[in-house]
Amino acid sequence: MLHTIIKKNSYQDSVNLMLLTNHISALEGVTQASIMMGTPANKDIMRNSGLYTGELEQAGANDMCIVIDAEAQGKLDHILAAVDSFLSDQSVSSGQSAIESVRSWERALKESPDANLAIISVPGQYAAAEAGKALDHGLHAFVFSDNVPVEEELSLKRKAHEKGLLVMGPDCGTGILSGVPLAFANRVTAGNIGIVGASGTGIQEVTTLIDRMGGGISHAIGTGGRDLSETVGAITMLDGICGLAHNDRTEVIVIVSKPPAKAVRDKVVGQLQGLSKPVVTLFLGEKPAAHEGNVYQAYTLEEAAMIAVDLAKGAAVKPLYSLPLEVPEAALNPGQTSIQGLYAGGTLAAEAAMLIADALQLKDGLIHEAGYVLKSNGHAIVDLGDDMYTQGKPHPMIDPATRIQHIEKAAQDPTTAVILFDVVLGYGGHDDMASVLAPAIEKAAAKAQTEGRKLYFVAALCGTRQDPQSYEEQKRKFEQAGVLVKESNNQAVRTVLAMMKLGLEEVPKAHRPAATTISEGFSASAAVEALLGGKPSVINVGLQKFTEAITASGAKAIQYDWRPVAGGSVKMQRILSQLNDYRFTN
Amino acid sequence: MKYQTIDEANQAVIDKIAGGTPFLVDVVPARTVIPELEGKTLLHAGPPIAYKDMTGPMQGSCVGAALFEGWAKDETEARSMLERGDIHFIPCHHVKAVGPMGGITSGNMPVFVVNNRSEGNEAYCIMNEGIGKVLRFGAYSEEVVTRLTWMKDVLGPVLSRALKATKEGLNLNVMIAKAITMGDEFHQRNIAASLVFLKEISPYIVNLDMDKQEMRNVIKFLADTDQFFLNIMMAATKAVMDGARTIEAGTVVTAMCRNGRDFGIRISGMGDEWFTAPVNTPQGLFFTGYSQADANPDIGDSAITETFGVGGMAMIAAPGVTRFVGAGGFQDALATSNEMVEISIDQNPNFTVPTWNFRGICLGIDARKVVETGIMPVINTGIAHKEPGVGQIGAGTVRPPVECFEKALEAYASKLGLL
Repeated sequence: MLHTIIKKNSYQDSVNLMLLTNHISALEGVTQASIMMGTPANKDIMRNSGLYTGELEQAGANDMCIVIDAEAQGKLDHILAAVDSFLSDQSVSSGQSAIESVRSWERALKESPDANLAIISVPGQYAAAEAGKALDHGLHAFVFSDNVPVEEELSLKRKAHEKGLLVMGPDCGTGILSGVPLAFANRVTAGNIGIVGASGTGIQEVTTLIDRMGGGISHAIGTGGRDLSETVGAITMLDGICGLAHNDRTEVIVIVSKPPAKAVRDKVVGQLQGLSKPVVTLFLGEKPAAHEGNVYQAYTLEEAAMIAVDLAKGAAVKPLYSLPLEVPEAALNPGQTSIQGLYAGGTLAAEAAMLIADALQLKDGLIHEAGYVLKSNGHAIVDLGDDMYTQGKPHPMIDPATRIQHIEKAAQDPTTAVILFDVVLGYGGHDDMASVLAPAIEKAAAKAQTEGRKLYFVAALCGTRQDPQSYEEQKRKFEQAGVLVKESNNQAVRTVLAMMKLGLEEVPKAHRPAATTISEGFSASAAVEALLGGKPSVINVGLQKFTEAITASGAKAIQYDWRPVAGGSVKMQRILSQLNDYRFTN
Repeated sequence: MKYQTIDEANQAVIDKIAGGTPFLVDVVPARTVIPELEGKTLLHAGPPIAYKDMTGPMQGSCVGAALFEGWAKDETEARSMLERGDIHFIPCHHVKAVGPMGGITSGNMPVFVVNNRSEGNEAYCIMNEGIGKVLRFGAYSEEVVTRLTWMKDVLGPVLSRALKATKEGLNLNVMIAKAITMGDEFHQRNIAASLVFLKEISPYIVNLDMDKQEMRNVIKFLADTDQFFLNIMMAATKAVMDGARTIEAGTVVTAMCRNGRDFGIRISGMGDEWFTAPVNTPQGLFFTGYSQADANPDIGDSAITETFGVGGMAMIAAPGVTRFVGAGGFQDALATSNEMVEISIDQNPNFTVPTWNFRGICLGIDARKVVETGIMPVINTGIAHKEPGVGQIGAGTVRPPVECFEKALEAYASKLGLL
């Protein structure tokens, strides 16, 4: 039945009342409701919708008329209370986002005329074009996107070099500029060590180790994994080195890369040897025997960090950096003979494989089988971030599902002695990896236990105490789950090797003068000097979470919610570009 | 007119939009300024459409117009005339006119005459009938026809005499600039502009030698009709956009309109040609008893206001109606207006919006930017019931289909010999 409530002299505008009507209509026990001011026109509307009552006759234009079709009389008080509470709390719950977002380059540049860096995280097929636009607008480009053809990478980098700009990437996972984290990066203490690296987790491991050893980072410039290939010729790395060489805040330079082609290596090392600043190089997979001039050559990521910290403090570089290891006495069955490495970070996986291959004195180096970084003598190191595991799935740094499957599988194998894995904290990574991996680890260990085997878990925890995830908390959670947590990948791998009674030979390094030096072409462009001179002002083209990390560290970022031009229609893209280029002949 | 690129041609078009100076000069029977209305002819909203393809509200309006003109004695006779094709149809836009919702305009209906002094061109629009049962939403009851007759016999002539007494007519730019600072966006909300109009015109009305009761009725009608200015604004923006599209080059959208079936746009480089695609149905808030399922698809010429840069394009100007765009209220409105900047060429400094840090309204929708970004203009709109005679059931927003803009660009590229 219909109930009428007239609130005299209670004006509300019609929009409020329509919203209120929706709100009241949704209450339990209400079949239909209409709330309007009592103007003649509104009364007609009520008549049309069958909600007219005699009481409305008395209502005037300044009276709020509430007509409710409801079952029980008893609900009316409740409904009236809901009306009052709605009207007294009309301020829209603050959905205000601090992130300014735009939909075009034009507006991004208008809103942020001082922008000097674009982060590109759009699908690979569009990435080169967007990076090209960034360069055209005079911006450095950080290209997170992968699947960019190497020819396009080369032409972008040539164009950038000519303009005095840097292209970091493609497939550049990490970077830090003046403390501002780019993409997957850690929050590190500011300091005098600058890094140029061609590997994402390699940079993360070195920067976080330096931080935890008490050193600090000026900048970490990612180059993308192919920069040191013969095709690209280290264009970004050479420009990055020049930039750090001219950067006042950088006193020590660290280079991180897989071993490059010889010609490229010679060019890079030659340039490094011409610098007045000390340099640490880590060409992962090479086992250097000596330091040369100002260039100190490290074997592991941790050693690179330790040398850099000594240099940064002005301390002498030691011939040998070895750390005491706490190795638990492993109670293994005779059949438990293998190490199973389940990595999320590609460089960390490669380092583990390198150390295990070294300990096993494998003559043929690392055995390559799809998805494995090492598979030999029963031992296996898997890079779960490899394309074959990430097709259509999130990266294991974000999503634990693939790794949990591999933990279950490895635990079932009776030959497995130790499961070795990495956890990378920082911006972009999973919020609480320990909590999601711990149950899988406990379950696998318990299952092995019932089958009469003790299964060991050793983790390398990469991150800093300032990271969004709490380092100590993650460590504690893993330890509670029975995991032996090590603060570097090097230590984690060496611990596992020692548990397996495998030794690594450590040879002190000699220090000899540099063989060749190149002392030309060292000037950094004004644009690179400006980029390294202060916090970047960023246009983030693509993934919004990158913007959040940048603004959280006090730098300016504009979010560009990128979409393919013309919804991806090739035909319309062509028409647009023809119209844009058209010249009238009048 | 020397321009080398489409950007330069577009600049010439938007210079004429920004430079438009519309004056409201008269109210006259439509047939006196639109000769095409001789005989049994009606104007309708949107791109061309035949009677049989019209949606319910527009057909209902046709019945009402036939009754108002005395062509038929009742609904049955009117319907059979319409179905037989006795009545000829022309889109409003083809005869310098615009019409709200159904846009049905007949020869004896009074229309506003707006003169765009910068270009010397005119535009016309019928007067607002108020809310509830009204012709533009497809109602045709006796009450509707009676009101239309009163508007023809009393309201129109009175406003005509008052406007003539102003000598110059009313400078609409001044009124628009005032009202935008008072919270109007000129499509969903015109209450401030309607009051400014009343304030300007009433000294002239009360000075007329006429029957006191009729004078009271006129003043009462103007005071009660919150959306009265909408139709003046439509004529004004039509006049300005028609003045601007004398530059026959570029990709500026010069008209957007809907006939209930198709959405039509024109761009500066393609003159009178329409580019159409099926309309969407508005989303919004509904009066009690009605829901989205009752809503008629998008209809009316009123999107000429958005083409000019107000209405949904200036959502942020009207905090009072921002919640039509979504639960986020003011922030959503701000985001919507910022989004509209992406598809506009510039901002019009003549009409600054206080709630937008005094940024000017959007100036010149570029069809290229629409297609490039996939951002469609936002149109504020009343929502008609899909059955004739019911009238307005809500209000909300709607966006055009992208195909209109794609077709326009393709045709222009073809005209320029690029395809």
